[in-house]
Amino acid sequence: MIAAFFSALTDPANSFLRNALLAGLLSSVLFGVLGSIVTVKRIAGLAGAISHAVLGGIGMALYLSASGLVPGMRPMTGAILFAVLAAFIIGLVTLRSKQREDTVINAIWAVGMSVGVLFMAKTPGYIDPNSYLFGNILLVSSGDLWLLGILDVLVILAVVFFYPQLEASSFDEEFARVRGIRTDAVFLALLSVTAVAVVLLQTFVGLVMVIAMLTLPAGTAGAFARNLAGMMFFGTLFSIIFTVSGLALSWSLDAPSGALVVVIAGTVFLLQAAIQLIVKRARKKDARK
Amino acid sequence: MSAAGDSSPVRQGPVAVRFSDVDFSYGPVPVLSSVSFHVHESEFVALVGPNGAGKTTVLKLLLGLERPRSGTIELFGRPQRAGLPLIGYVPQHASYDPAFPVQVREVVRMGRIRPFGFRRSREDELCVQEALERVEIADLADRSYSALSGGQRRRVLVARALASRPKMLILDEPTANMDSESEERLFATLGALKGNTTVLIVTHDSGFVSSLTDVVLCVGDRSSAEKGRTVVRHRTEPVAGLPPELYGGKAVRVRHDENLPDSWCCKGDHS
Repeated sequence: MIAAFFSALTDPANSFLRNALLAGLLSSVLFGVLGSIVTVKRIAGLAGAISHAVLGGIGMALYLSASGLVPGMRPMTGAILFAVLAAFIIGLVTLRSKQREDTVINAIWAVGMSVGVLFMAKTPGYIDPNSYLFGNILLVSSGDLWLLGILDVLVILAVVFFYPQLEASSFDEEFARVRGIRTDAVFLALLSVTAVAVVLLQTFVGLVMVIAMLTLPAGTAGAFARNLAGMMFFGTLFSIIFTVSGLALSWSLDAPSGALVVVIAGTVFLLQAAIQLIVKRARKKDARK
Repeated sequence: MSAAGDSSPVRQGPVAVRFSDVDFSYGPVPVLSSVSFHVHESEFVALVGPNGAGKTTVLKLLLGLERPRSGTIELFGRPQRAGLPLIGYVPQHASYDPAFPVQVREVVRMGRIRPFGFRRSREDELCVQEALERVEIADLADRSYSALSGGQRRRVLVARALASRPKMLILDEPTANMDSESEERLFATLGALKGNTTVLIVTHDSGFVSSLTDVVLCVGDRSSAEKGRTVVRHRTEPVAGLPPELYGGKAVRVRHDENLPDSWCCKGDHS
């Protein structure tokens, strides 16, 4: 199976497959590095709301371009627009209000998706929202790869230069603020980067499952990493393993790759969590003896 | 050095913290009204008051986490912003995610953090090691923070605050949920700092305070029904027969019936 996948990779006719593999590898960096921060900063729920709201932007772009109002508007443009808008609203609400932010975040999640469904229903011709919701790796263009690559480099540079500030404000935001760190700025920057990342990553695993890949590999890595940097490194490594094996499996089973990658990542995470639980119980028993 | 119960005005060193006519409200609800108090350098202060009285608000104002509606706050004779780097803060607990992988030494390093820059100097490492030793957790340096007991974690947070070599240490409810051994060690550390570092402890336990305490500030008295609460100074007195293990050593009684004026300690020093 794996051998068949790799021989298919070298076939000149399968450039889409090489693109898919490259997209998987480039995405893995974001899943591991950005995913670790999203996990320890506990903003996975916010990222989830942003990723779902993005469907509204995609629907709007499809409608505007098909109806001739904005000819040639790409879905990616609408997606970025909605992602940044959702991030802006969520950021503002989280920083300003001490309560009710859950309601607003859930509203953005649901309204964004609904707007997308409505636009798509009114767009002339048939549109299958599935490829946006669950990803369609066959549609990855070389432009997408470039964008992913650029975001990878930016995220790695930001993490290298602001590692102590990111670590401290994720660990204890109040203390970081007392030490003079602009934690609000850190939070808003992180939210914006996550918003853009969600849009670029959706081509690979889809809007619904982006959040799974931003949390599962990092969560698996967090179980045995000794620090945040280790979590990022192992998170990336796990993501690479999950995406490559998911792609290979999807090639041989002729099944959707995004869903397979998420199923593999989820299974490993749950297994790891179960093992941790058993080990902890056993240690407690030993301690009692 | 004067005993805690001594009510004679003796300390006239420079002022570490000065609140002048500070008002604060959450929306339309007044919380604090015309709060004025000051703390001298190297004093050991207990900020007491019942739950909900506004201790946390005073703390947040002092740390610059909230802004007063009116009035000014000065730290070490400078505007608050400029004075904040001189303060080491020990929260009740870090609101961290238990899944956050981090070692004790790394947590203490966070005490040396600056708004920008990612390099660690040799001095940073020296201060971190010194802080670890001061709170007697050097042997835990390579352990995972989440694997520690509650009392040990609190001491790690004390070390994190000490890593910046602060002129003033502020501790929020330091003994809440702490085992008596950790508490004793904590007060031993604080006792060793007394005299060189200004210490402010926030505690809801307002009947008695550690005998290290020089000054008791109490949040809770209202000047009138519509106004917020204010901060007053109380006298302390020695008391016999208290179990020492409860207060990390000897304790003194707070006289809530006797208020001292803010200028009490500075007679002849009206600056």
